[in-house]
Amino acid sequence: MSGQTGLRPDQVIISDLVPTGSRVLDLGCGDGVLLRRLMDERYCLGTGVDSDTSELLRAAALGVPVLEMDLDADLGEFHDDSYDVVVLSRTLQAVPRPGRVLADMARIGRLLIVSMPNFGYWRNRLRLLSGHMPVSKDLPFEWHDTPNVRYSTVADLESWFAEAGVDVLQRISLGGRGRPTRAAGLAPNLLAGSTVHVLGSNWTG
Amino acid sequence: MTRQSASRTEPLGPGVGRVETRLATVADPDHPLQLVSGDHLDHVEVAYETYGSLSPERDNAVYICHALTGDAHAAGIHDGETKPGWWDNIIGPGRAIDTDQWFVVSSNLLGGCSGTTGPTSMNPATGQVWGTAFPQIDMHDFVEVHLRLAAHLGIEKFHAVVGGSMGGMQALDWSLTHPDTLDNAVIVAASSRLTAQNIAFSAVGREAIVRDRDFDDGHYLDADRRPDTGLSIARMLAHITYLSEDAFAEKFGRTHQFGEPRRGFGVDFAVESYLDHQGETFLTRFDPLSYIYLTRVMDYFDPFGTTGATDLVVADPVNYLVVCFDTDWRFSPAHSRRIVRHLEGAGLPVSFFTIASSWGHDSFLMKLDPYHDLVRAFLEVPAGRRTGRASRRAPHHDGHICTREVDR
Repeated sequence: MSGQTGLRPDQVIISDLVPTGSRVLDLGCGDGVLLRRLMDERYCLGTGVDSDTSELLRAAALGVPVLEMDLDADLGEFHDDSYDVVVLSRTLQAVPRPGRVLADMARIGRLLIVSMPNFGYWRNRLRLLSGHMPVSKDLPFEWHDTPNVRYSTVADLESWFAEAGVDVLQRISLGGRGRPTRAAGLAPNLLAGSTVHVLGSNWTG
Repeated sequence: MTRQSASRTEPLGPGVGRVETRLATVADPDHPLQLVSGDHLDHVEVAYETYGSLSPERDNAVYICHALTGDAHAAGIHDGETKPGWWDNIIGPGRAIDTDQWFVVSSNLLGGCSGTTGPTSMNPATGQVWGTAFPQIDMHDFVEVHLRLAAHLGIEKFHAVVGGSMGGMQALDWSLTHPDTLDNAVIVAASSRLTAQNIAFSAVGREAIVRDRDFDDGHYLDADRRPDTGLSIARMLAHITYLSEDAFAEKFGRTHQFGEPRRGFGVDFAVESYLDHQGETFLTRFDPLSYIYLTRVMDYFDPFGTTGATDLVVADPVNYLVVCFDTDWRFSPAHSRRIVRHLEGAGLPVSFFTIASSWGHDSFLMKLDPYHDLVRAFLEVPAGRRTGRASRRAPHHDGHICTREVDR
């Protein structure tokens, strides 16, 4: 399924988490395939945001409304409480000021969906113990050539969510192959290669 | 992150070939054109051109709205001329606005001087040239004339309305006031509301014309002279705003027109020669009164300035593509962002791109691949994938004015 639509495994999971008929803002939307799926199958309306013109061009050709903007500087363009769902998939780790982005997400949407690679995954820990920076399916970049500027573990991420005043409504733990596994669900900080968090915004104007 | 500016590339394919401008009468005493000002015109002729063929279903028409000093000749070549229409690089077989698919209509603006009724036309009531007696016109009057031309051509609904600069403003006004007559709108390097600086530039241009002795309170049309000095100065000034500082630096730097400095007050630097040339050539194709009337229309344009501005289009949504250029300081990206905020805030499907270009406002006339690829992709989205819906979840779905605008 994901192969046909070009959706990553975490995007397949996210598309199942979005309520039918929602207005969705997808931050770091890339080529827009997640929104296309939500528009086609879930009767959603939405907007994608990214800063990569060539990726966005593909999204525009799919008929997905996309805005070429910088997540770090331009989220102020969006009105308060104007979306049902704000998605940030595999992007938080590449954002210079994640606190600001999360606060804006909570301002703009009611339900926030964040997917993140887990730096604390056991294979990553082993890589580090062997004296090297982790490289994996979820962290597929060499240290000197990566868009990622933040690394976190599931435990760090959740305490940060608590500090930021958003509620963790649901956590889906994906194994190293990007699919939810029982083991990853039991001990996510060690056994999840990545996670998808559904957060409730507590923003009040 | 530094962005690589797009470079100019050659137009694709052979273009649309020989074309001619035609005339249509779209208002007569039985069907006068009611203007926003409250006045009306009993006789309106429109100059227009078309490229490509209208499909039997009449569903492949694309309307091109021109900028301040453009005309109906958007693409192709007129008999006996070598220079193609003003937007030839984007219109033609295989080009971004592909005439193998689309039936393209381009017309000259009401108030213009290239075939459409304007201040230089004859007032049928008096038998005299209109001059300053020509009524005040509005962006919306342009759109009404476009729609009358569409009716004349038998087109009820456009696949898209496309325009750059003031053309983008017409596309925006059209989409807000007659959304049932178009599916898609492309708004390039435009604005929904001029800034004080924009108005200031327009004002100086108009003053240059009006204060020229030969303007003679607009009566020059009856005399054997014309405020050419004023008009050329207005054009020179405007040209400074159409290019970016980078473009001026790249194009001219501080080089001297005649190889070495000729100290004095005449033309010496290459940039002075360029402006002088732009001012001179403009005289052969534009009229001072048209310039005054048309620039004034832009000053007053503010389609989001009233409550309920987006009500009609929310009820019958149009898909939008808003494009700006990073070095444009005539209508900077902030202008396009304002348009996007209003449309996105109303829940409408809108895409927005900032194209990296070193050419400033004039970029909208150039073939820059990312820009043209985008226009093509947007126009060619398959019918089943065009959104055509507005989200009720959006805060300004009810059409009230965005209060955040006050602070910006």
